Amino acid sequence: MKLDLSAEQQMIQALAREFAETAIKPIAAEIDREARFPHETVKRMGELGLMGIAIPERWGGSGVDAVASVLAIEEIAKACGSHAAIMSVNNSLYCDPVYKFGTDAQRERFLKPVASGHAHGCFALTEPQAGSDASNQHTLAVRDGAHYVLNGRKQFVTNGREASFALVFCATDRAKAHHGISTLVVEKGTPGFLVPKTEDKLGIRASDTAELVFEDCRVPAENRLGEEGMGFPIALATLDGGRIGIAAQAVGLAAGALERSVAYARERKSFGVPIGHHQMVQWMLADMATAIDGARLLTLRAAALKDEGRPYTTAAAMAKLFAAETAMKVTTDAVQIHGGYGFIKEYEVERYFRDAKITQIYEGTSQIQKLVIARDILGGSR
Amino acid sequence: MANAFWCIVEDDRQGTPKKVMAEVIGEAARLSRGQTEAVWLTDKASAAGLKQLAEWGATKIRLLESAAFAPYRSEVWVGAAAELAVKEAPRAIFAPVTSRAREFVARLAARLGVGLAADCVAFAMDGERLVATRPVYAGKLLAKTTWAKTPSVATLRPNVFRPAEAQPGRTAPVERPSVTLPAAQMKFVERREEVATGLPELTEAEIVLSGGRGMKGPENYVILEDMAHVIGAAVGASRAAVDAGWRPHRFQIGQTGRTISPKLYMGFGVSGAIQHLAGMRTSKVIVAVNKDPEAPIFKIADYGIVGDLFEVVPELTKEFKKLLEK
Amino acid sequence: MKILVAVKQVPDTATQVKISADPRAIDTTGITWIVSPYDEFAVEEALRIKEKRGQGEVVAVSLGPERVKEALRSCLAMGCDRAIHLNDPAWNGADTLATAKALAAVIQREAPGLVLCGRQAIDDDMGAVPAQLAELLGWPCASWVMEATVDGDGKTARAARQVEGGLEVFDLPLPAVLTAQKGLNEPRYPTLKGIMGAKKKEIRDVKATDLGLAVEPPQLSVVMLEALPPRPPGRILQGDVPTAVKELVRSLREDAKAI
Repeated sequence: MKLDLSAEQQMIQALAREFAETAIKPIAAEIDREARFPHETVKRMGELGLMGIAIPERWGGSGVDAVASVLAIEEIAKACGSHAAIMSVNNSLYCDPVYKFGTDAQRERFLKPVASGHAHGCFALTEPQAGSDASNQHTLAVRDGAHYVLNGRKQFVTNGREASFALVFCATDRAKAHHGISTLVVEKGTPGFLVPKTEDKLGIRASDTAELVFEDCRVPAENRLGEEGMGFPIALATLDGGRIGIAAQAVGLAAGALERSVAYARERKSFGVPIGHHQMVQWMLADMATAIDGARLLTLRAAALKDEGRPYTTAAAMAKLFAAETAMKVTTDAVQIHGGYGFIKEYEVERYFRDAKITQIYEGTSQIQKLVIARDILGGSR
Repeated sequence: MANAFWCIVEDDRQGTPKKVMAEVIGEAARLSRGQTEAVWLTDKASAAGLKQLAEWGATKIRLLESAAFAPYRSEVWVGAAAELAVKEAPRAIFAPVTSRAREFVARLAARLGVGLAADCVAFAMDGERLVATRPVYAGKLLAKTTWAKTPSVATLRPNVFRPAEAQPGRTAPVERPSVTLPAAQMKFVERREEVATGLPELTEAEIVLSGGRGMKGPENYVILEDMAHVIGAAVGASRAAVDAGWRPHRFQIGQTGRTISPKLYMGFGVSGAIQHLAGMRTSKVIVAVNKDPEAPIFKIADYGIVGDLFEVVPELTKEFKKLLEK
Repeated sequence: MKILVAVKQVPDTATQVKISADPRAIDTTGITWIVSPYDEFAVEEALRIKEKRGQGEVVAVSLGPERVKEALRSCLAMGCDRAIHLNDPAWNGADTLATAKALAAVIQREAPGLVLCGRQAIDDDMGAVPAQLAELLGWPCASWVMEATVDGDGKTARAARQVEGGLEVFDLPLPAVLTAQKGLNEPRYPTLKGIMGAKKKEIRDVKATDLGLAVEPPQLSVVMLEALPPRPPGRILQGDVPTAVKELVRSLREDAKAI
């Protein structure tokens, strides 16, 4: 078993680290406070090739792999959870499915501008009445000649306001339940495509989380990804990959919080010695570091399986579950190590704590991940 | 064996040696056995300047005076100086760290086929061997280095060596050797002056005030400049402040900026990142003002005030004024 | 026009450096290596000159052990076309002059129109190689350059060098050596495509004998490295701002005699 990264993967990791340190870290607190989408840095991330990492160059991407994506997302998340969310969604929830399920014509129109960072994409699955229960789609697309007429409401869509393209999951045949779900790429500016609301959130505040509304929105039939009725498997396959991205985000948040905690433990003194000399703090730091490494290895394994074309659904669910729980635990402990300073904004660990929470929720809650894992180990018999 | 220590004269381009030459001559005189020679390449040397070099302790002045030496171009200077060096075979060639001297002596050492030690902070004689001490790795370590053969070429960091005391009335013979002047390759186009601040040059100043990220914005440097005018200090900045666009690059102190070694360094809102320390660590007295008691700069500061610089600076300016009015 | 950029791999500034068992060298275990920052300015300038001219070749050269390939690879990722690695134990302990001689020999073979270097490497901070290189080649040299342009026919470079109190602008007949000062440009990050593309670019190993160079003892050598003498512990001045400031001014005047 080899655990070495290739020279290119190491360079991509170093690049993401450097960019995160110099360009993102200095603005992270400010964009969080103002809940402001960081257009300038996201644009630069696009120019560097970080918005379509695993997409072949022919389609505007960087032609690397999922492992490199994980490394890059982790480094970005170490500095800012919002940037990591924006990046992860664009890479794995939009670019990946459009590449995997799109025709060349669709890749040309809907993938190239997004993978190259010139535009953003979003993934619209969740509805007001259906989060984890993704098969229960109320959004309806009715075929009318060369178009679908789309009606419905999507909620909690990351990048929803900023995206030029939305991957919308909708029922094309209600009678067939989850076999009647299809996927449409809807372009921003299509009449009847509205973004009425952006959410005010606990964490990842600089990423935009929007509600999308479709009112008699006419979408050309050629915008359909895959066949009619393929929407549900597309959603599941996409979420498998997306979970690796969120796991990487969670690892990064945890690692960032640990980094700050270690620095603090070296500097802050109590009872005449740096607090890092106290066994109870050492104990916490050791647990944090160990859990992060475990989460990182699970995440890299899932990505490596994906790159090798092997099944990775369970590996991705385990990575996401463990990384999200680790992020929450580690950021909570990081606040604890900082004491009162952890509770105020100046030391920034409270932001990691707030940003971590969403990793237990989106792209499948921790409970859903357990369901996925349990189904796999029980061999389908629940 | 050759014994003369050459001191390459840095001047103000108006015919007067710079004050740093007192340090170079002082150190050379300490090491040489009575042969401390000032070697001056210039388009015009003033009588007062020649007198000054002698009073500082130059035992001989070798004056290479020609219009061809201004503005400084390495290919012209090196050809002339090398010819003289080959003929006179000095024991060592010292120069202060300045923009032109550092390039000139590096090139000269290559022409002579000898070693160069740049930016030295101490010298010692180990028997017949000259050993130079110079900071390396961002000032985190000191390297003791030595030469395989003579002349030992070195540049000296300003404000580190004890300056020679001028002895009024001391004189030295002035020789005007004739040397072949190589043709210039570089063509001078123009000189662009920096906007004069009325404050001393960063690398030459005895007192340096430095503002970091804690200055909060470019508009606030005026409070440091006010203090600088009171005590005759230069004003510098940390990389964070320069990268934020608050101050031009030429004011940056640190590894990718200027290396300074003033008698007194005062940092305001400077955290003390390694790369900043690399540029000011050899300052004699270090004062730090920062509201973060954990800022690394306090680890190397002689005096520290934990507090808001916007309260401390005006108060300090007021106190300095009072002191200097006395 | 062919442009050659000489780069050096150095420990990252933030890396802790420790003296090794051999007191003349540092312990290199656990060190993060980077391209010396000034050299990145030089690489960037070379790429910009090439891009502006719309043609040409940028060759990165570095001297050092096998690990130096990483530094060269990151130059290739930034956009250099190929790299030359002066990779020979004969150059262990090379001083600036020996390094300049090796580079000069490569340059004579490559015959570039322009050589760019960083103003100094941030490990030994000697800043001598570029000027010594110019001397060995008999070329003009402008150090600490803040602005550089190459004329259309590639015969002359105009460079503004930083001096005390301002900038001095010169026209240098090419070939010439320029050294980059901070402020010359803002180096680009390598793109992911650049990183992947670098894999296909050539890094050629060159030995001293390939250049017809004999091994010479260094003219300058390190006798030993020493840790910094500890600074005496400092004093945090207590009390409200006026009290602390008064005490500071008194101490600077009476104890430290610094003002």
